[in-house]
Amino acid sequence: MFDIQTQLFEGQDIRFGPIDHEKDPEIEAKWTHDSEFMRLMETSPARPMSAAMIKKQYEKLEKQIEEDKNLYHFMIRVKADDRFIGKASIYWIEWANGNGNIRLGIGAAEDRRKGYGTQALGMLLRFAFAELNLFRVTANVPEYNEGAIALLQKFGFMQEVCRRRSLERDGRRWDLYVFGLLNDEWRNRVRA
Amino acid sequence: MKDLFRGELVRFTSEEPETRAKAEVRWQRDTEFHRLADGDPAQLSSEKKIKEWFEKQAEGFQPKRYSFCVRTLAEDKYIGFLGLWVDLIHSEAWVGLGIGEREFWSKGYGTDMMKLCLQYAFTELCVERVSLGLHEYNPRALRSYEKCGFRLEGRTRKDGMREGRRNDTLWMGILREEWLQMQDGGHK
Repeated sequence: MFDIQTQLFEGQDIRFGPIDHEKDPEIEAKWTHDSEFMRLMETSPARPMSAAMIKKQYEKLEKQIEEDKNLYHFMIRVKADDRFIGKASIYWIEWANGNGNIRLGIGAAEDRRKGYGTQALGMLLRFAFAELNLFRVTANVPEYNEGAIALLQKFGFMQEVCRRRSLERDGRRWDLYVFGLLNDEWRNRVRA
Repeated sequence: MKDLFRGELVRFTSEEPETRAKAEVRWQRDTEFHRLADGDPAQLSSEKKIKEWFEKQAEGFQPKRYSFCVRTLAEDKYIGFLGLWVDLIHSEAWVGLGIGEREFWSKGYGTDMMKLCLQYAFTELCVERVSLGLHEYNPRALRSYEKCGFRLEGRTRKDGMREGRRNDTLWMGILREEWLQMQDGGHK
């Protein structure tokens, strides 16, 4: 169980940090050249991006965070060497309804399947439920992203909606699943 | 060819920004109307601001945004609106509609609007799928959308809160082939 002193941004092997505008763009630009990663992360068309384009995106993102006040964004870093390995965010927060959407990605193939995603989702949920005090969080996942579906189910997310044939990729149509987790469901699990 | 803008009870129009702003100022004061149509907190905007917003909308054509005003055929009265947001990449359209004039609720106008909308989406925009969301406390809308051929695809649990009570959002969709099948059925 957590208490007031438990660090929000420090996990077992990873930490959440802010954007490093100097070093991060080059690393993220590399991830965008992996179309498989882009298709798991985005429903918009995959395209390779330069460090300069990523840099602009970061500036836009920080401006949006300041203006809209419904978005939290974290860079995931390995504690041992401070290496940037992924991103986690809570977006489209509706404060009056206590609802937010989450997304999470580990960029490089060699950093996947090492438990970093599990640790990051655990930290992101604690931030959503124990710091922002959201009532629930929502996650949208295409049916072909089996890794994400297994991860969400591990944390007790329930598949609430199946938006039939909402995406078109590789010449066929795919379902899009909407998953939800309520604050008390999360709390009962971490207490157990 | 079928008339895209004319149903059995209503027709689609594009009203002037001034007309739209005048109506909107009245409709936004109706809390029940707002809560049926929207999940955000109710807000009151000035006629000037609303008019400027509609004027800005009138400026350029956007291939992902289609917005209609709705008039009754019988009285030629401006009663509501219907909007489509199109995801061109995945060939999906999201629809939202509202009838601001309360005396036209529960009389089949919304169903007629949605039928026109589906005809437009599948035969003019040529999308593969049309989607929508509604509040669980709006059973009238649910029945109307079911009549039009939408299927309930799930509910996000307790993601809304009104008057201290949590409520679900219902999500519906209709596929192109489902709609086409209904049209064939109608001709038999």
